[in-house]
Parts: sequence; C-alpha cells; structure tokens
Amino acid sequence: MPPEVLSAPLIVEFPFTRSTGPVLGAFLTGLRERVVLGARGSDGRVLCPPAEYDPVTAEELTELVPLGQLGTVTTWAWNERPRPYQPLDTPFAWVLVRLDGADTALLHALDAPRHAVRTGMRVAIRWADERSGAITDIACFEPAPNAGAPGDSHRAEGSAA
Amino acid sequence: MTTAAELLAGIPELAGVEPVTRVTIPARLEYTYSPGSAQTRFLTALPDKRLLAERCPRCTRVYVPPRGACPTCGIAATEQLELPHTGTVTTFCIVNIAAKGLDVEVPYCYAYVLLDGANVGLHARIGDTPYADVRIGQRVEAVWNEQRLGPSLASISHFRPTGEPDADPESYRRWM
Amino acid sequence: MSGTDHLDAPTGLRDVAVVAFAQSSHTRRTDQLSEVELLMPVLHDVLKQTGLTANRIGFTCSGSSDYLAGRAFSFTMALDGVGAWPPISESHVEMDGAWALYEAWVKLQTGEADTALVYSYGKSSPGSVRDVLTRQLDPYTLAPLWPDSVALAALQARALIDAGHTDERRLAETAVRSRRAATANPHAQLRGSADVEELLRQPYEVEPLRRHDCPPISDGAAAVILAAGDSARALHVNPAWIRGIDHRIEAHQPGVRDLTESPSTRLAATAAGAFDAPFDAAELHAPFTAQEIVLRRALDLGDGVPVNPSGGPLAANPVMAAGLIRIGEAAALIHRGEARRVLAHATSGPCLQQNLVAVLEGAAGTEGGAR
Repeated sequence: MPPEVLSAPLIVEFPFTRSTGPVLGAFLTGLRERVVLGARGSDGRVLCPPAEYDPVTAEELTELVPLGQLGTVTTWAWNERPRPYQPLDTPFAWVLVRLDGADTALLHALDAPRHAVRTGMRVAIRWADERSGAITDIACFEPAPNAGAPGDSHRAEGSAA
Repeated sequence: MTTAAELLAGIPELAGVEPVTRVTIPARLEYTYSPGSAQTRFLTALPDKRLLAERCPRCTRVYVPPRGACPTCGIAATEQLELPHTGTVTTFCIVNIAAKGLDVEVPYCYAYVLLDGANVGLHARIGDTPYADVRIGQRVEAVWNEQRLGPSLASISHFRPTGEPDADPESYRRWM
Repeated sequence: MSGTDHLDAPTGLRDVAVVAFAQSSHTRRTDQLSEVELLMPVLHDVLKQTGLTANRIGFTCSGSSDYLAGRAFSFTMALDGVGAWPPISESHVEMDGAWALYEAWVKLQTGEADTALVYSYGKSSPGSVRDVLTRQLDPYTLAPLWPDSVALAALQARALIDAGHTDERRLAETAVRSRRAATANPHAQLRGSADVEELLRQPYEVEPLRRHDCPPISDGAAAVILAAGDSARALHVNPAWIRGIDHRIEAHQPGVRDLTESPSTRLAATAAGAFDAPFDAAELHAPFTAQEIVLRRALDLGDGVPVNPSGGPLAANPVMAAGLIRIGEAAALIHRGEARRVLAHATSGPCLQQNLVAVLEGAAGTEGGAR
C-alpha cells in the first residue's frame, strides 16, 4: 500500500500592478473624488462601468458623463454568508445597480436588511472613507433616503431610455 | 490615444485632479497541494535517505523524481526501484542572482545530477568544491541535510565531488 | 494525408465525427492522484476504444486551467500521460475542453490531420473553486469585489424569476430530474435526489439558489477522439458526425447583458444548423439550474426533448471538462444507437457569457429516440 498521500498548503499571490488606460483611469479617478463616470456609446447609451471601446462599432469611447449618486436595483441575490475579501463581512445583497443617467448596471454589494431588498429598489452609493482610485472606493450601496416604499421614482433627471 | 487627464479635463468637477494611471489590487488564493501517489512515495522516502525511482515497463527508462507516468510512452511507470546516492554532473551553471524567497546564498552552483541508474537528471546544487572545478562528467554524491530531513527535496543539502575519475561520456551522453 | 477526401459538396467542409469518448468517475476529491495520474487512465480508455496509439494520432489538443489547482503550466505535466515522443503536433487552450475540440475540428478541416485526440481535466479540490473563478472576471471593476460563481448565477436566477420565466419550484424540479437521470450514469458524482418538497425546505446558498441549484465540486477528466471521413468510418461502426459547430461570445460585464437571454447560444446554434431539424436529446452545459431555463429558451427546446439524460453538470461538474463531456455524452447516445440527432452545448465565463453549440448525427436509418 502506498503511504498516506502528502499535502501541503500552497499560497498563490497575484501582486500585479495594472495600467488603467484613459477610460478606466478617468473612471477610477472619479471614484476617488466621489464622482461616478459613464461612457457614452455611439448609440447614445451610457455605459457604467464605462467601456473603453464602443460595444457596437468598436470605436474608442471618449465622452464621459458624470452619473447620479442614486440608482435602481435591476437584479439581486441575498448573500447570507459573505466569503473572504467580499465587500462586507455581514449578510448583504449582491446587486446590479443602474445608476441614474446610465443605461447599464454596475455590480456591487447592498447593505440593507433582507426584507427591504427587491428589484426596482432605489439605492445610494456609500463611499469608502479612504479612497485610492479603485472600485472598492464605493464601499457598498445602501437604501436611498426616503425611498423605502414601493412606487418611488425609479428615474432621476438625466436618465436615459 | 487620449489620456485620462484629457478625458477628465472635460468634466468640471474633475478637471485638473491628478489622474489614476495604475491600480494594484493584490489577490491571494489558498490551495492544499497534493503531489499524487508517485511523488508521495518519493517524498516520504527522503527522511530515510532513500531515493526512490520508477522504471517504464516499455522503454525501461528510469525516472527520478517519479511522476507516475513515462512521458515518452504515455503509460504508467509501474516498476519501483531505489537508486544509489551517487551520480554524474551532466550540466551546470553558476547562479549570481538571488531568487526572491530562496534561502540560498549566491553565488551557487546549480546542476543536473544523473543518479547512477537513472535516465533523467535530478536538479541539485553542487558544493564543498571551488566552482571553477565543477565540470560535466564529474562524479558526485548526495550530502544529506541532517537537520532538515523530511518529505522534501530540502533533505538533500547538495552534492559534493567523490574524487573518483570522471565518468565515461558514453555513460551519460544520451541523458544530458 | 487525405485532406481533400470526403468534402461535403454544399459547404466544402470535411465530414468529422466523434469516434470515441471516455471520462473518469468524477469525485469530490482525488488527493491520491496528480493530474497526470487522474488523466492517464481516461486517455488509455479512449485510445483503446479505437485501437489507436498516441503516435498515430494526427493532432492532440487539451483544455485546462492552471488556476483551479494553482499549478502553473500543469498542462505540460499532463502531457506525460499522452507520451509526446517523438514530438507530437499539439496545442492547449486555457478553456473548457469543448473549445479544444473546436480547435481540433478546425485542424481536421484544414486537412493537416485525419484524427485528433482531445482531452481536458480539472481538479477543483485543491482550492476553493467558487473563489478561484472570481479571477476570470474583469480585474478593474469585478474581481476586486470577489463575486463568487454562485453569487453571479444567483443574480441571473433572480432576473429569470422576476421576468416570470421560472420559479424556485421549477428550478428544484430541474435539479431532481438531472440527478435522478444520473442514476444510470456510473461516472456521475451525484446520483439520485431527494424530492422537490424536501429540496425546497433546505436553506439558501445565495438566494434564490439553494445547494441543489448548484453543481457539485468535482475532480475529473474526459477525452474524445475525432476522425475525418473514412478514418472515422474505419474506427467506429456508427460515428457521431459533427454536422455543425460554432461558438459565440457576449460582453463580459453582467450589467450590460440581459441575463434572461442567451443571444450567443442562439447565434451559435443557428450557425451550427441546430434549427434545421428536431433533436432526439440535448446535453446542455448548464452548471446552475436556472441556466438550463435560459438555454432551453435560446435553443427552442420544448419539454418533449430529453435534456441531459447523463445527469449533466448538476450531477458532475469537473470544471474545464464538463463542456467536453456534453459533446462526449451526446456522441455516446448516437454510438449506442439511442439517438440519431443530438445537440451538445458548452459554456464558459460568468452567467453563460460564451457558448458553443455542436449538432451531432448518426448515419441515416439509425434507430432514433433517446430513452
């Protein structure tokens, strides 16, 4: 019989520093300054997170527009047991949020009680206290103030589509 | 190509701020590594100062460390055997750059040692001799690391010259 | 080389078929086996079925991911199980083996080879596959948040439920059907299931998905042999001909896509000729129950078409091999005479981002109808 199979801990780390390029560089700069930017595509749609190239024509995208600090949940999933490195260490909802002024949705965490979370819910950005130019400069989303009841305005000024 | 600064210049609340050009977000993944059956047999014999190998039943090549398969024939290398602690240097180099995380002083001599009876070189360091004297064909023997004997190749500290005459080139020419 | 033989007149394509398929018995852990020790018996099985040896194979292509087990260039070690001497014509994709099969199919189309060995393997057990898969995501806006594979699938499932395409009960029914089908599959990891009521009493993993909505964590390997024209006819009495194969990809950001639809599957299926005739069965690479709903809609598969008679990835999900296994299982239905025309699908990326569709057919006159 072969001896009991050996095992050993193996840690793999990825310490890479990535260049951000013009569009993502501007987007991450905005986050550091508490401004979310979207990129306007050739069809007029505003993409957030911004794309570097037009999804339809592949042209370089250069028109960035500031978006609202509020948005609407387009889908969600309740995460009762957060895993290591996720945005919150208490139960939270994964959400796709279409920020006011954008036509696509951003993935992030929503800090709200389970019973309050629903598709169409209005949410607001909670900024991290210390920001460095990263997606984690958004600490998470939270329920928008005065937006607890159904029938809230799902659209703010500047919103497309 | 547009720059981030140029894109930001068009946005009143962000015009003139120092643009982000790089982002470092370290990631860490934790695994439990298992070497499989063949390498486990090899590793667990090292504390007893035994060098286990495998022979391919078809081409009869002997592999050390064994990996459970003959890479030439693509079949299981099923026959177990034990090799002596002596071998022949088939190639070497002098390393002058310290590798990150490697607890070895530079310069050191890094070599392939063809253990007697094996058909593939074992990676090893050569020591106890001036590096200028290290040569292909030189006969060497394992020096065990008495303080660190365990299921790891660190059980072998290094190889040192035996003082025998150099090996006949025909004995290792095919396995360099 | 017989590269110009057997050209199909209308398309100019060579006839290429799956002539052999083998897989491991998939399990939660294989600590006692290195990758090559896991893979080699499967390679020997598939070669033995055809009587071929590695040095008589025209082209070898594999699919795997170093991230799964944390071993850089593990595919070069896995080649030890092939016997790559004298040096063979070989390639590797950091993709599911279904994409390795696509590359091999293209190689056979060029006429440079008449036979191909395709294999893939995945050992998820050394790491935490839910977390490892976050590393395939956009490194700027997604990966730093570590959204695991179950979380992303749960966002997709919620969108489907909101759109009225499914509900939690129907998802549980999909899980029960898959795992009960797997009782007839000796290679499957989960064979059999509790009933729907019992499953719906279980806690959520990431709501709305419960454990039964998620695939098992599997270690496993699979291999297929492709052959063209007369080589295929010489190697199998009833080759599973690949009548069409295509793959398409969508935007990576989940918030850009309508997660209830799979236009990439639809396009790939159209290009593969999937809508030209009905199917006797379909093998769909839907690791999460809700994804089967998306694929059925994209492929116009009604309740009359048996889906995943093998149990599918809900019964065994060796990541990087589970897509190739769908093609293998589809071919095996034809080889065994249990079906004449079968659809095989493979996916890659989060929320069905990339999809491959292959249409496999036996010779005309073969008894049709899957079990």
